[in-house]
Amino acid sequence: MTVPTTPDTQTAPASAEQRVNAGIGRSVLRPDGIPKVKGNFAYVSDLQAEGMLHGATARSPFAHARLVSIDLTPALAMNGVKAVIVQDDVPGTAMYGLEHRDQPVLCDGTARYWGEPVAVVAAEDPETAKHAAAAIVMEWEELDTLDDPEEADAIDSVFRRVKVRRGDQDAHGEVVIEGYYEVGTQDQAPLGPEAGLALPDGEGGVDLYGTSQWVHADHEQIVAALGLQPDQIRCHPAGIGGAFGAREDMNLHIHCCLLALVTGRPVKMVYDRAESFAGHVHRHPARMWYRHEANRDGTLVRVQAKLLLDGGAYMSTTGAVIGNATYFAVGPYKVDSVAIDGVGAKTNNPPCGAMRGFGAVQSCFGHETQMDRLAAELAMDPMVLRRLNALQQGDPMSTTGQIITDSLPTVDVMDALVAMPLPDDTDSDNPLHLPGGTGLTTSRSHVRRGVGYGVSIKNIAFSEGFDDYAEARVVLTSVGAEVHTAAIEVGQGLVTVCAQIARSALGLEHVAVVFDDTSSIGSAGSTSASRQTQLTGNAVLEAARRVREMALERIGGDDLTDAGVWRNGELIMSLDALYDAGPIEFTARYRHPATFEADENGQGTLHAGFAIAAHRAVVEVDPELGLIRVVRIDTAQDVGRVLNPQSVIGQIEGGILQGVGLAYMEELVIQKGKILNASFTDYLLPTFLDAPDVEAILIEEPGEWGPFGAKGVGEPPTISSTPAVAAAIRDAVGKPLNRVPILPEHIVGV
Amino acid sequence: MDINVRVNGKTYTRDVEPRLLLVDFIRDHLAMTGTNIGCDTTQCGACTIHLDGKAVKSCTVLAVQADGSEVTTIEGIGKPSALHPMQAAFQDNHGLQCGYCTPGMIMAAIKLVEERGEMNDDEVRHGLEGNLCRCTGYENIVKSVQAAANDMGVAHSPFEADPAAHHETLREAEARAAARSHE
Ligand code: FES
Ligand code: FES
Repeated sequence: MTVPTTPDTQTAPASAEQRVNAGIGRSVLRPDGIPKVKGNFAYVSDLQAEGMLHGATARSPFAHARLVSIDLTPALAMNGVKAVIVQDDVPGTAMYGLEHRDQPVLCDGTARYWGEPVAVVAAEDPETAKHAAAAIVMEWEELDTLDDPEEADAIDSVFRRVKVRRGDQDAHGEVVIEGYYEVGTQDQAPLGPEAGLALPDGEGGVDLYGTSQWVHADHEQIVAALGLQPDQIRCHPAGIGGAFGAREDMNLHIHCCLLALVTGRPVKMVYDRAESFAGHVHRHPARMWYRHEANRDGTLVRVQAKLLLDGGAYMSTTGAVIGNATYFAVGPYKVDSVAIDGVGAKTNNPPCGAMRGFGAVQSCFGHETQMDRLAAELAMDPMVLRRLNALQQGDPMSTTGQIITDSLPTVDVMDALVAMPLPDDTDSDNPLHLPGGTGLTTSRSHVRRGVGYGVSIKNIAFSEGFDDYAEARVVLTSVGAEVHTAAIEVGQGLVTVCAQIARSALGLEHVAVVFDDTSSIGSAGSTSASRQTQLTGNAVLEAARRVREMALERIGGDDLTDAGVWRNGELIMSLDALYDAGPIEFTARYRHPATFEADENGQGTLHAGFAIAAHRAVVEVDPELGLIRVVRIDTAQDVGRVLNPQSVIGQIEGGILQGVGLAYMEELVIQKGKILNASFTDYLLPTFLDAPDVEAILIEEPGEWGPFGAKGVGEPPTISSTPAVAAAIRDAVGKPLNRVPILPEHIVGV
Repeated sequence: MDINVRVNGKTYTRDVEPRLLLVDFIRDHLAMTGTNIGCDTTQCGACTIHLDGKAVKSCTVLAVQADGSEVTTIEGIGKPSALHPMQAAFQDNHGLQCGYCTPGMIMAAIKLVEERGEMNDDEVRHGLEGNLCRCTGYENIVKSVQAAANDMGVAHSPFEADPAAHHETLREAEARAAARSHE
């Protein structure tokens, strides 16, 4: 266990960065790990308040229907019910949405997806609230359900169309590969369901503790929806049980606040798992048509694609997701002639939004399958073909034409992966080592092994001209320093890395991270797009450097340690005395290099930074039964610089398993807009026994602007692991398998 | 219905509805919120506690079934001054990220190690198969459990010492499969 210790107070070495024990580059342990292992870490679902009421939601049973009438009296008549609210009761704009405020807080007379909230209830206990919500009488007139994104595209029911045209549109290669691919709807399935606790302040305002990835974005939407002044709502960062994109959009947040305002009492809402599936956005399902043209030597000549992602009923982040899918549709490859059309369809399916990988996941499955098929057509090794076409620093992005100034060690990543040893064949008949596991359904002689590759590129941070920044404050205390931020710790380890960065910059060991609410500090931006280590990390770095300077300047010192300020190797003032002499703090706001909106051909400097990952999957399949076991995933990843090795590996292992899940297990089954498998019984998450061995190589080529050269690491593991597993399954069974998740019936061919 | 349940060494008498789940009794009636709810359908294991010395998913048990029983929750593990070796191992081996699965994992893992001692990778995975984690990819949890098994000083694994270990696993697996087909 790494414990921050006070360095030797007799001598003060010159370099602060080298001296601290718990600074960058070390596997410093999570400060929130101790409460988490003891069970006293407060998740939102654990919060209690005196006199608290409990909320519940009545939802639409149809994907598209007109609300003919609604009778709230049976609910209101129930003992213990304090309030029932419908859309007409919502003051303000009564609308919300992350990119575009197109979603009513509650059903506005037409339900546009199955499970859309229609009314919310506050009652003395959760049971009563649920019963009351169920007692509301709703009369519906069903409308035609638009559940086919192709039909939506045809009738122009779309959130966004993205067009990319680059280079000679008449260019042709000697070899043509065409393919159609599908990606099913994946769910983030964070283990902690949605929860919120709203506390009225008695003056018409509310304090909200909710599951969130970006409290300032929540704040802005709540204020507008409820017609309040900004200072009347305070959103507090709170304990989150995982996120993976599911918490970038709000769900119960406005409901909680409004119920608290109406009743004048604290209101808590917690979704159960079934409601969680209906209550948050999902990963966009995709249909993709690809055409690659190449010369016989393997050089890519032209890539064309049409990508159709189903955004469901409300926009959420569909605009940005289809943007990403389109701009990364070629993958990390150089090609001069490109034509991509992306469509984010608007249907009556469940709304889709952010999930780890954010659009790049879908197109990666398409472009990587195409690269494999091209390699097969040319009788080339699939990784040799990829390496031959590898996109590198200084090249223009094949889609947008943006010259890549960020580090882009595509070739190093590929070479490192290929050089990793393959696992030996096994003759183990232990059922734990066989597809199907302890079901004992197959035996070693029926099993075939396959190997497959995937390589991916994704943008780091927000793109396309978004003003993306993070604010952080560093405050000197009598014993060390505090880092203040509103960035959300969802489990990824931001709380650890912020402290590490501050320690290294300050030269102090005793650094604590404090999560501030929206009234106390500026926005840190979203905990998404692999951006916080780079954005909030840089803000912390800048603030910590300035605080160190200010501390030294105050009394003309030349070094700062936990003991105090030094000059010429002598302690001249203790930290305590320094603190007593007046506060020292600095608030920094970091903006990444500017990005811009694309022109009408999708050209321009759209992205602030990039990261590359490559995966090799080894699978074993029983082709007769369609059973799959992923034996091992090897990976190399472009991480810029490693700030916390164990944390990075943790992100890689966890991210890969979500990619593996998408490859052959995880899919929301949606029929006529209705989710049929909204439970962990029916939506299968990878277990201990499904998790492959993972071996990772971290490629450290410092990025352009991350703190100390670090790059975000959260999303790349999830992106190319899916096509790698799919390719390995194809290799084992010799079938085209153009859809993920690959289910037993696809392999068996029924 | 009146029930008496001893939780973490203290007896609680409460009047509860017969349909109350043990997990809700622990969380809502006793205000011990370390035990988490991840699925409410006995899939995830986040709610794992010890009931009369066995690791059980407390969303599968009615509070009235625990009448007269001894319950240990995550709050009853370790001492205020010192972590239990399993807790320490999860912290030291990065066995958690969001931590939502962690209390249940620790409760399940403690019983597993008490029963089996030191285990290889497969044995840990098999033993904890009923607990889901969405963040870590499980690798560091396996490492944590193995490290704790070492620290807990429980006698070595019966499987490790037994040349028939492999068949033992197979038989167990068969029993599991049979049990499943009866569900
Ligand atoms: S909450 Fe009990 S097993 Fe998931
Ligand atoms: S650490 Fe988040 S679910 Fe396991």
